Amino acid sequence: MTAFMPLRDAIATFVNDGQVLALEGFTHLIPMAAGQEIARQRRRGLTLVRMTPDVIYDQLIGAGCATRLVFSWGGNPGVGSLHRLRDAVEHAWPQPLQLEEYSHAAMAAAYTAGASGLPFAVLRAFQGTDLPANNRNIRRVACPFTGEELAAVPALRPDVTIIHAQQADRVGNVRIRGIVGVQKEAVLAARIAIVTVEEIVERVTDEMNAVVLPSLVVHAVCHVPRGAYPSYAHGWYDRDNAFYEAWDGIARDRDAFARWMERHVHATPDWAAYLRLADVR
Amino acid sequence: MIVAAARALRNGDVCFVGIGLPSKAANLARLTHAPDVVLIYESGTIGAKPRALPLSIGDGELAATADAVVSIPEIFAYWLQAGRIDVGFLGAAQIDRFANLNSTVIGDYEHPLTRLPGAGGAPEIAAQAGEVFVMLRQNVRAFVSRLDFITSAGYLDGGDSRQRLGFRGRGPTRVITDMGILTPSPGDNELQLTEMYHGVAVADVRAATGWPLRADSRIRPIEPPSPLELEALRSLALSSPG
Repeated sequence: MTAFMPLRDAIATFVNDGQVLALEGFTHLIPMAAGQEIARQRRRGLTLVRMTPDVIYDQLIGAGCATRLVFSWGGNPGVGSLHRLRDAVEHAWPQPLQLEEYSHAAMAAAYTAGASGLPFAVLRAFQGTDLPANNRNIRRVACPFTGEELAAVPALRPDVTIIHAQQADRVGNVRIRGIVGVQKEAVLAARIAIVTVEEIVERVTDEMNAVVLPSLVVHAVCHVPRGAYPSYAHGWYDRDNAFYEAWDGIARDRDAFARWMERHVHATPDWAAYLRLADVR
Repeated sequence: MIVAAARALRNGDVCFVGIGLPSKAANLARLTHAPDVVLIYESGTIGAKPRALPLSIGDGELAATADAVVSIPEIFAYWLQAGRIDVGFLGAAQIDRFANLNSTVIGDYEHPLTRLPGAGGAPEIAAQAGEVFVMLRQNVRAFVSRLDFITSAGYLDGGDSRQRLGFRGRGPTRVITDMGILTPSPGDNELQLTEMYHGVAVADVRAATGWPLRADSRIRPIEPPSPLELEALRSLALSSPG
């Protein structure tokens, strides 16, 4: 049964030091509020999994929450580098960050394998590239029927997956509209799933195919309006491109980053207070 | 550069589009000579017809104007891997003489000088799209004799080394830069300069290339942008952020 609880309690209950954590969202519906709450509660030793680590993983890495990153593209979309990620990889600051690096196709397949209860995923990938030489989890298998050589990657099985959605109903059924990314697979691959939502409604089942995730796979729902800011929630609010551009300047400098985190994360009690401070309406 | 890249797309092509320059060129093609080009972005938007250029690969505008929005596993498995893409449109940080691409790291992987964002969808686009167009600005930092990391395979060591791996896609058929267009030479597949913009000299292009660049004996001039192309480019720019 789905529990309805404040985000702070959900993170305190389900997210522990040393876990494998996936906060998924492909540009759209990125669970920013949940990520920031993890930084606020100062989790340590996390393995962070995501196809497209962006601003929120930059914060968690810069704040020293993560020791390992499983990913396929780590940048500030449309802007450039993630400077905290780069600083961790290039200068081991604030601590070394181990990389396990794939391509998008492989990550998507690995989540699908995890969601399917399979040990690994098989796909056509990586030939002629230097990725397998730097990731021993990229291997090759022969098709038992044709003999074709294919790539194999282990299934992704996060301890906890967190996503953001537009709506959940009072039972805990979750609806996503617009770009759905890999969120369904990431949730089904995980042991525990937390969903933050823009709004909680009576029922989301009035339209066919509206329920993306039935409540039986959703452990906790947290009502967090604007929980994907500065990314967007289709039909609710637009992407704040200016924030992504501003983040480049904030994250470029260690001290500026530390000051930003102190003021916006550690000195605020929760996401609503952060939004007020940042004057997000 | 944008205009030259846009002209390379044929009307009706199914095109897997990267963000930035490729997205700009692909949309210019759609607004000019190729209204029926099908633009697919890796965020899962099929047949996107953005009125403004997206800043990210998953902007709401792409979803709102798409014929279909599918999941990420679907876009890579059912569309790219299954062979439904005619043209992959890629950028990169670095390229070598056989059109292999690096978007992962400058320097040693374990101790990089510069950590780049990484592969994203590029390795499989480069392998599986029917053909690949590459766009990047030409200078000696980008056009290097040896890549520190091969993120996406072009013609590997040249000759038939790509063919031997059995890729579905032909590989990069043109590299569009701000100086001209490079295409693989028949036979060994080394890139050679085949087209140039007005006012650019072969010596300029060679000076911007980190290996002794081959030049075709008959380099064709690239026609300047037409009024229609310029107008379409302006309308895209006007309605776009940044």
